[in-house]
Amino acid sequence: MESITVAITGAGGAGAISSGELLLRLAGRQGYFGMLKKTFSPQIRGGESAAILRLSPQPVETFDGVIHLLIALDWHNFARFSDEVPISAETLVVQDVQAGTPPDNVPDGAETITIDGAGVAAGVESGWVNMVFVGLMARVLGSDVDTVEALVAQRFRRHPEATGQAAVRAARAGFSLTEAERLRALMSELRPTRAVADRWLANGNQLAGLGALEAGIRFVAAYPITPASDVLEWLAGHLEASGGNLVQAEDELAAINMVIGAGFGGVPAMTATSGPGLALMSEGMGLAVASETPVLVLNVMRGGPSTGIPTKSEQSDFNLAVYGLHGDAPHVVLACQSVADCYHTTAWGAALASELQTLVIVLSDQFLGQSMQILDAPETTLYRAERFKPADSSEVDGYRRYRDTASGISPMAVPGDAHCMYTADGLEHTESAVPSPRAGDHQRQLDKRQRKIAQHDFGDSWYTLVGSARADTLLICFGAVTASAREALTALATGGRSVALLSFRLLCPLPLDQLEPILTCYERHWVVEQNHSGQFCHYLRSLMPAVAFRSLARQGPLLITPREIVDAIVGDSL
Amino acid sequence: MKAKEYKSGVKPIWCPGCGHFGVFNAITKALAAVDAKPEDYALISGIGCSSRLPAYATTYGFHGVHGRALPVATGLKVARPEIHVIAVGGDGDGFSIGGNHFLHACRRNVDMVYIVMDNQVYGMTKGQASPTTPADWRDSKLTPRGPEIPPLQPLAMALAAGAGFIARGYGGDPNGLAAMIHEAMAFRGFAFIQVLSQCITFVPEQQAWKELITEFNETTDDPARAGAILHGDNGLRKGVFYRNPRPSWPVSHGPVAEPGSGAREGFLAL
Ligand SMILES: Cc1ncc(C[n+]2csc(CCOP(=O)(O)OP(=O)(O)O)c2C)c(N)n1
Ligand code: SF4
Repeated sequence: MESITVAITGAGGAGAISSGELLLRLAGRQGYFGMLKKTFSPQIRGGESAAILRLSPQPVETFDGVIHLLIALDWHNFARFSDEVPISAETLVVQDVQAGTPPDNVPDGAETITIDGAGVAAGVESGWVNMVFVGLMARVLGSDVDTVEALVAQRFRRHPEATGQAAVRAARAGFSLTEAERLRALMSELRPTRAVADRWLANGNQLAGLGALEAGIRFVAAYPITPASDVLEWLAGHLEASGGNLVQAEDELAAINMVIGAGFGGVPAMTATSGPGLALMSEGMGLAVASETPVLVLNVMRGGPSTGIPTKSEQSDFNLAVYGLHGDAPHVVLACQSVADCYHTTAWGAALASELQTLVIVLSDQFLGQSMQILDAPETTLYRAERFKPADSSEVDGYRRYRDTASGISPMAVPGDAHCMYTADGLEHTESAVPSPRAGDHQRQLDKRQRKIAQHDFGDSWYTLVGSARADTLLICFGAVTASAREALTALATGGRSVALLSFRLLCPLPLDQLEPILTCYERHWVVEQNHSGQFCHYLRSLMPAVAFRSLARQGPLLITPREIVDAIVGDSL
Repeated sequence: MKAKEYKSGVKPIWCPGCGHFGVFNAITKALAAVDAKPEDYALISGIGCSSRLPAYATTYGFHGVHGRALPVATGLKVARPEIHVIAVGGDGDGFSIGGNHFLHACRRNVDMVYIVMDNQVYGMTKGQASPTTPADWRDSKLTPRGPEIPPLQPLAMALAAGAGFIARGYGGDPNGLAAMIHEAMAFRGFAFIQVLSQCITFVPEQQAWKELITEFNETTDDPARAGAILHGDNGLRKGVFYRNPRPSWPVSHGPVAEPGSGAREGFLAL
């Protein structure tokens, strides 16, 4: 066993989620890497919730669909989570004595340990049943009692002192329960080599915010939408200290146009949204392309169409991001490959938007955006949102904003620059930015906008390739599926099947001249994606009709697991 | 600089006799009156005959999409507070497709001037009813019986939504309008001017405006009084109805202690 997955479920108020967060922190202190996924019933407050925690001495980037240990604070409505918390005969169940009757999907043979959480808490004059379990698990993770107490106290720092002390007492009581010994056996193969103090605890949305900020984004327009709001909230808390501004817009139409206004003003600007909001921004995104205004849109995907499944992940906005603009509107679409990569890819997006003076859409998703992860701090990005300015007076003389340059990129003046005044326009225009419906002008500007993107050297950050070039099969994916595919690769290798993995950070435009030689190394090409219709696979087929792409596409809300990928590849025997 | 030096020389697409010419002249006169450096001014618009105006001036400009002039203007002004921002457009652009932005711009009170050239019709799309068209105007094939709904009251709406400067001008009086725009530019906060600007092509009856329009000289800073005036208004009085500055947005919170600090430290949560 290389990792352990623990699920904690409970009714509203039982504290399953806060227990999960505490345990993730504790595990981090002990030197574990880990990931936490929170899942809630649709009720806004007080419904059932589950925290799913995967820990390992090695970096953890996804879940494998297996639950080793289930802590049931409460079985009530557990069925709601039975999809996401699949129990098997191998699952060790730890239940509270008052949890109620285990549901039918708990297999008869499942080993169950029952703990009188309320009794233990009452023994130390505390009502914090969940903290008893936190204490117990802290011991299992190899923590010492002082660390647990300190973390619990910190968690309760905003509560009245007596409340915090009661919670600490409950955790201490849980720490001394003898049941810990049985559970420790689960962890025996998983001891981290050293404790660390400098790892981070972050989710992808926060890291995307940091990437944007450190790349130079200084204006944000925001309209709240799950699961993107926390990017905006994170930025709201940090922009001001960097001299930036955030405006809460009245809707997404306003948000995208405010970002365009700021971008026109020469201030690197972004917004973040999710499917329905991206749809509303579509017209404005076309304006960014036509007026050559740098704009960054982070789209954190959720289940669609329409309101769909707003709190769960999917990769179904691919088509909207790639094809969703009116007219011929070349733009850039990037995809974050992991929680940590939300930082780098968003920073890259900010830099590309400024450099190419166009729209960049960065696709993330609910899973990457909202899963908490223990990770090493990312090195500060070298990407910078920088504008190509009119250089000297020779250029300024007879300044033409949309000059048809070899690269397709024209020097961009901004309000305040003397002698370069122009009116940016969504109407087709001449090189001097005068509106023009003439055929020649239309073609010249279309060609120029196409060329600046098509000819751009995206370097080698556009993809990651793992596995041997002698493998017979290539897995192809983007986004959150990457981590599952990587685990599938390892599992397949163990089974003697040599498979490689190509994950795209750049979805549009695809550098076909670099891509095709990679593809020809492999006999079979499996496109793995988290949506119902195989949007990415259709896209690849349209660009490379000679390659017989096979499709493994499944909608959300459940993540594609490594096992599903392994099964598909093994089933596709050569 | 003289008023005519603020004209770019790009030939307007407007019909001869269109009211928007007068509005454009008034804007250039107001710029000349403050001896504006053209590079420090930006005219921001959406889509419509009226929204074509920015390209005709020598300032910076942004001709965006239909209805979204105010968000573009807001983004620019918040990001670049030292730039003077003037948003312009039509009644369809501002009160129909962009109506929500109008309300929120009044409320948000970002420092800018908003000039709506109201001809009570969609000129660019060849003469359909707009939100300010009279209920019984039957000259559009799209609404042959007339809109049959009462027109919006943009000034009363602006008052209810929190605008601090609310005025009505007339495109047939460029000098009077220039003075009004000048005053709006000096106002700190969101300054709204509805300009009656005739569409000679689709509503030629509007030529009668020059006989019908009267002066209003009782500017108030009392919202209750302004409300009473605006609700009893016949839509044909020009003047500043309401003037009552309040702090504009974004609110200044003074210098931040340690610029750039804290973003990374917050993640060191272990
Ligand atoms: C999204 C969108 N819908 C519709 C149109 C078509 N359209 C162009 S201008 C216009 C109305 C213009 O009327 P107004 O704003 O009153 O300006 P005027 O032409 O009268 O000056 C419309 C509906 C458009 N350009 N974009
Ligand atoms: S159609 Fe009306 S609004 Fe448009 S330019 Fe002609 S007169 Fe002016």
